[in-house]
Parts: sequence; structure tokens; C-alpha cells
Amino acid sequence: MRFTKPSRRDFLKGTGALIVSFSLPSPSKTASAQSGTPANTGAKTVALDDVDAFLAIDRSGGVTLYSGKVDLGTGIGTALTQIVAEELDVPLARIQIVEGDTALTPAQGKTWGSLSIQNGGVQIRQAAATARHALLQEAAKRLGVPAEDLIVEQSAEQAAVRSRSVGKQVTYGELIGGKTFLLKVDKQAPLKDPTTYKIVGQPVPRFDIPGKMTGQFTYMQDFKVPGMLHGRVVRPAAIGATLLSVDENSVKDVPGLVKVVRQGNFLGVVAESEWGAIRASQKLKASWSNWEGLPEQSQLWEHVRATKVNKDDVTSNVGSAEPALEQATKRISATYNFAIHTHGSMGPSCAVAEIKEGKLTCWSSSQATHDLRQQLAAMLSMPDTDVRAIYLEGSGCYGRNGHEDAAADAVLLARAVGRPVRVQWMRADEHGWDPKGPPTLMDLQAGLDATGNVVAWYSQLYVPEGATGNVKLVAAELAGLPHETGMVPGNVIQNTAIPYAFPNVRTVAHRLAETPFRPSWIRAPGRMQNTFCNESFMDELAAAAGADPLEFRLRYLNDPRGVELLKRLASFSQWQSRALSGQSSSGQSSPKRDSGDIATGRGLTYIKYELARTYVGAVADVEVNRKSGEIRVKHFAVVQDCGQIINPDGVKNQVEGNVVQTVSRVLKEEVTFDRSRVTSLNWASYPILTFPEIPDVDIELIDRPTEKPWGAGEPSAAVVPSAISNAVFDAVGVRLRSVPFTPAKVLAAIQSA
Amino acid sequence: MPTAIPLHVNGRATRVTVDDPDMPLLYALRDNLGLHGPRFGCGLGQCGSCTVHLDGKAVRSCVTPLSAVGKKKIVTLEGLGKPDKLHPVQKAFIEEQAAQCGYCINGMIMEAVAFLASNKSPSDAQIKQALARNLCRCGTHLRVVRAVKRAAAGA
Repeated sequence: MRFTKPSRRDFLKGTGALIVSFSLPSPSKTASAQSGTPANTGAKTVALDDVDAFLAIDRSGGVTLYSGKVDLGTGIGTALTQIVAEELDVPLARIQIVEGDTALTPAQGKTWGSLSIQNGGVQIRQAAATARHALLQEAAKRLGVPAEDLIVEQSAEQAAVRSRSVGKQVTYGELIGGKTFLLKVDKQAPLKDPTTYKIVGQPVPRFDIPGKMTGQFTYMQDFKVPGMLHGRVVRPAAIGATLLSVDENSVKDVPGLVKVVRQGNFLGVVAESEWGAIRASQKLKASWSNWEGLPEQSQLWEHVRATKVNKDDVTSNVGSAEPALEQATKRISATYNFAIHTHGSMGPSCAVAEIKEGKLTCWSSSQATHDLRQQLAAMLSMPDTDVRAIYLEGSGCYGRNGHEDAAADAVLLARAVGRPVRVQWMRADEHGWDPKGPPTLMDLQAGLDATGNVVAWYSQLYVPEGATGNVKLVAAELAGLPHETGMVPGNVIQNTAIPYAFPNVRTVAHRLAETPFRPSWIRAPGRMQNTFCNESFMDELAAAAGADPLEFRLRYLNDPRGVELLKRLASFSQWQSRALSGQSSSGQSSPKRDSGDIATGRGLTYIKYELARTYVGAVADVEVNRKSGEIRVKHFAVVQDCGQIINPDGVKNQVEGNVVQTVSRVLKEEVTFDRSRVTSLNWASYPILTFPEIPDVDIELIDRPTEKPWGAGEPSAAVVPSAISNAVFDAVGVRLRSVPFTPAKVLAAIQSA
Repeated sequence: MPTAIPLHVNGRATRVTVDDPDMPLLYALRDNLGLHGPRFGCGLGQCGSCTVHLDGKAVRSCVTPLSAVGKKKIVTLEGLGKPDKLHPVQKAFIEEQAAQCGYCINGMIMEAVAFLASNKSPSDAQIKQALARNLCRCGTHLRVVRAVKRAAAGA
């Protein structure tokens, strides 16, 4: 199934005709010039309960889908289009998508948590079902037949409603073209029977990919508006430093320099050309106060443990874990930790801002333009209604990286020079100043009875307090302008509770008053760290009980979908049972007794994401070099059940990507810092996995077309660390309890074993 | 002092006027000539997002001063092929759906085209080695390798 998709530019050119029936808010003149959109007054609805917020159909039957969820490079633009094409019976090629424009798209929440299909797509599907129902009712009236007599048929051009009895038909364009639905989304509107699906469930090729392969795609980083200047930021020499002085003479010779912008500790330069801005930012001499507020990196975990606990979140409590531990025949305890990570987007964050007649328009790759709009309005103390935030796809972000901060930078610089300004961060800005995945520490204890049954599980997690919301903008904080206070690490206590039915379980999260860096969510936030700890410790218990890791998990799993998943994983990965005493049925023992330099091992792991949705099981095959301490992850077998699958190739692409990216995080990644600043400011000091190091990944998807669609991406990231840790134990008999698994840590573990 | 520098880009002679002859080629291609294939990733020659061909060799345009280009023929991603007339490597990447965000893909394709010119039937290991200095954060590596292999098989 192939279809072509117009470029965004083509689409924008055509927008005027497409949505002429709407009364658009007045966009800036440049946006208007770009898009050809007539500058009308009034506003298109973006209310979540309005069909018109999501869908418009033009006179030729072309459909525009307005999505508050944005495609961050994961392919959801294509998947959401499939959902609409299916529910409305409209050809894929006749659907265009507008994403993340506060003037045009509904606020469907941040694009995070692998929720774009599960939440966003389901909302869009219901709007489309409501629209279809309304179109059928209208067609029944026009054709003078009962609605039951009608079927929807599609040509290459558009969908039409046809009467089976009288043969007459009327097209969608004739029914609604140029008009609005003026309907509330009907939660009861009948959905198509999934067993009849023709487009959902198919590996439709992504419509953005041809343009990306030929240089035709307009990324945020490629976007320009007329009269635009170029900005660069000059961040403080230390995170909490105060700007003492700026020597503007140091840049007076830079050609095309427009202005050095200073507001509080916010410092930036604006120039006619991009290279001029870069040169000015490099040459500008500024003096900053000393600041040494970061802990010693070598003492990070002591620092975390000593940080004040503001509150405890008890995430599960079954029976009486602590007394049961006391009475257990065998007690096991371990401490796990997970390093600070950066998002590491390949393209540094970028934004364009323009302020005209008191109204701000900001183009960025924000995963949450509706929230960014509020943040920018608050920063400038202006009403939300005077701010329009528009999404343009940039480099993949994997969470809240620097996109929003670059937007705020562009806004302050644009305001200072009175012209539109484009800001792209330099590599060191991105590595140094994107918010970080916070350091995570967990203590675990468990008790076994005389026969190797788990009688108690008790875990204590140490993570910063705070949950979801808006991460404060760097520029607003530096400039002393209004901004959020408090930490927003994401919902990092998810998956502290465990999927296993032990008689006594207590899982507690100690919420810390502070963490070294501004925290935010990075792919599977908390779920990854907590699953690393839980599933590695589970493997420790299986080994202590002399049980096969798969059989041991099944023993405590009372969830039929989870059980099925693990059984399919066993078959898919050709898992060989390790029977009691570590002897497998094939005569192998675990850990292996090989004595060569290269040891091989397999590790198994499992997650029910947030204990509420997507199931993933994985088996990793690794090689461990006993001499160098290097781990090679050779292969991952992944089985995933994310319910109904919209686009199986899209899901596989996500699973492959999540596995490979997380192998990188687990083997290599760690933000380094001194007492003042991040010191891992580029790819040499923050290395990531390279081509020769990538594992093969085999994936089995369990499609359940009649079930709800669940998140397809990050759940598979969460299982990777424990699969590798468990495989390393199988190979060399040591437990790796600290991410990243660097050769030095591996050697130290082997030597102390 | 604005200086006009002649360049040969994607089969055509052109010139760019710049303030600094040592400005990296990347900015001339993107900002002066409006070419979006090569992208800024690190500015340090570490990631490969900015890769272009100079006389058929894959180079990092973010660390190549304009003054060092001379008469060398520059080819960017746009110069390889267009959506209606794809280069075989671009076609293979589309067929393998070898992208997520795609920000790094310019480098993958440019590097792969230069590599395949010297090795018509590479092994997986050779492809991986050829791309060892090209970074991808989305984890699209497996698809990229498959795409390069597909392109080699079809060439």
C-alpha cells in the first residue's frame, strides 16, 4: 500500500482553500504569507469535545486531521491518519494532518508516555466515528432512504455514501464540504468492527519518510520566516553562576552582529547570519561568579542517600513485608543505581519566535505546544490568547529535552531586537543544558522460605519529588522572569510496585527534596530504572531459589495475558530451562562455567507497563570479555502485546529503536560533571552506541485487534537493562547493579566475585 | 569584508557571498543555498549529520572551511535524487522505512553512497564498520544496515 503525501509546504499553501469555512484566528503576517491563510477573525474550535476540533472535510472530500499529539519521529502521524482513514473510509492520500498548533489543534496532552495512540488516537477515532455517523444521517435525509440502507464506499478521490436499495449516492464533499460539523464528540458513536479493518493493522509506509530521504522535508531546523535573524545563547559558566559583566567590545568586529542581549543571567547574541551569531557567541567575553553547587560525582550515591526526604509514597503494600522478612529462612538484599542521562537528540534544539503587534508566534519542536504557550505567556506576563505556539518536527527528543527552552530563548531574543529570531543550540548547549533523567537509587530486600518460595519483598526507591507538569524554562529562570518552581521528573514511581503475587510486599518511594540537575522525563522515566532494579533482583531471587528465571516468574504471575506473553517469549527465544541447582535440562548450568576469555549468557525479563497496559518480555544474549570487561549485546528477542496494533511496521520500528537506544544507555551513558557544570558536552565525552556495537533484534508482536490499543514504544525500552544484567550473570556469575555497565565496573565485579 | 566564493554544487556552478571564508561549508549550503539535506548535529565532526560529498568522498561539512573546498564538486542529499527520481540508496532506505526522526539520515545515505562506490557487495560487518562514525539516537541502525544491503543487492 503506497501513497504520496504532500509536503507541509504544499499543505500550508493549500490551507486557505481547505479550511476556508473556518474563521481562523489572525496569524502573524509571515505565517500568513507562508501559508496563504486568510487572516480572518474569530477562532477555529480546539475544544476536546468538538468534532470540528479534530476534523474538517473540504468540498472535494479531502480530510484534515487536527492532532494535538505530534509526530516526534515515531511515525504517529501516519498511524493517526490510518485511524481516520479507517473510521471514515476515506483514502489515506486524501487526509492531511496538522499537528500541535495551539490555534488549530485540540489540547490532547503532552506527546509522551507512549500515549499518542492509546489516548490521542482513541479520541480522534471517536471524533471520526461521530463524524461518520453524522454523515450517514445527513445522507439518509438527502437520499430519502433509511440510514441502515447506506454504505460508505471510497474511490481514489473521496468517500461517498451510497444507498443499496436505490443506488443513488452522495459524496462526503457534497454532504459537508466547506461546512463545520457543529457536533459534540459522541462517546457512544458506533465504532467500526475491528474484524472488518482494511487500513488499521496494515504496515502503511510512513508519509514523512520519502521527504526525509531526499532533503525535501522541512524540519524545525530548516524553517525560516521573512526578516528572520539568527540567535545563539551564551549559558553561564557554572549552572548557578551570576553574570558579573559582559565585554561587548569583544564582539564588535563580528560582521552582521545585531545585538548582545543581556537580561539578568540570560545572555545571548543576535546576528544577521547564523555563522555570525555562532562566532559572536564564541567570542563574547563574559564574567561569571563562581558556583560550586553540584555534588562530587564520585560521591553521587552518597549524596542521593543523604538528601532530605520530603515525603514517602507507598506504591504497594500487601501483608506485612518487614516482619515477614525477619522470619524468612533466607534473606537477600541488594542496592541498585542508575546514572544521570541526557536525551542526546542528534539535532540540537531549535525554535523561531516572532512578536508582532503585541502577539507572539513561536515555532518549535515542543512535545506540548499548548503547555508551552502558557509557559511563554507567563514568562512575558501576557495573556495566553496573545501567544500561538506551532509545532514543527525536529530531531527526535525522547522526552522533555531542550525544545521548549530553545523556544523561550528565541522569544527573549526576538523581543530584545524587535524582529523574528531563530535560535539553534550548539552541541554543548544541548548536552549541558537539556533537563536530565535524575539519578535513581533503590534498596531491595527479599525473603525466601526453606523451599525457595518468596515470602517477602521490600523495596525503597530514592528519587526526586514531583511528578508531571511543565519543566521550568531555562531562559525564564536565568532572566528572572516568571517561571515554575519545583521539580518535574515525570511520574518516576511507576513500576516500583511489582507484577508478582508474593504474600508480603511493600514498595516505598522516598521523594527527595532536591536532585543535582533540573530533572525531566527521558523515555520510560522511572519505569526503566525501577524495572531494572525489580527484574534484576527477581533474577537474583530465582538464582537463590535454584529456579529457572522464567518458571520462577510464572510461579507468581496471576495474569493470563502476562503468562501467555512469557510462554510465547520462551518459545520465540528458544529459552532453555535452567532447572534446580542451576542445571538446565540441556545440561548447562547458570551461571556458565566456561573458563575462556569470552563468556556467553542469556537473560530474561518482563514488564507489564505501569502494571496497567503494554506487556513486554525480552531475552538478551550477551558476550562478556573477562579480560577487558567489555559487554557485547549480541541479540534481543522481544515479545510485545500492546493490544490492537495500528501499524505493525511502525510498532516494530519503535521496538527496535527503543531496544537499541536503551542498550546504548545501559552500556555507555552517564552524564559527567564537576562541582560547577556538566562536563560531558559532546559525543566524545558522552559516547553512545555505534553501528558495529548494535545487537540484532527479533520481535514478535501479539496483535489483539479487538482490544484497546496501548503504548507501543517505551515499554520495550524499560526491559532492556535487566535483560542485559541478568544475561551477564548467566555468563560470568556477577551481578551488575549500576548503570552504565562500563568495562571498569564489569572487571571490578568479576575481580571481587 | 563580504567575499564571493565560487562553488560547484549538485552539478551546477554557483557562488556564495560570505563574511568569513573560513565559515564551515555547512552554513553556506544551508543558509546561503537553502539546501536542507546536510544538517547541523554537533559542529565537531563527531556525528555525521552534516555529511556531503566532495569529489565523491564523504566529508563532514560542519568542520570543512569554505576556503578548503576549492574546485571540488559538492554533492548533497538533494543532488543524489528527488522523490520522483530517487537514487537507489534513497529508494532502498524508503523501502526499508529506515528512519524514525530522520535527522541523521542524510549522513547515513551520503556515507553509504560513498562506501558502496568502493564496495559493491559488502557484508553486514563491513556496512557497520563503514557507518561507525555516523551516530543515530533513535536506534534505526538495523534498518539502515538492511537498507544499505538492499541498495547493494539492487545495484
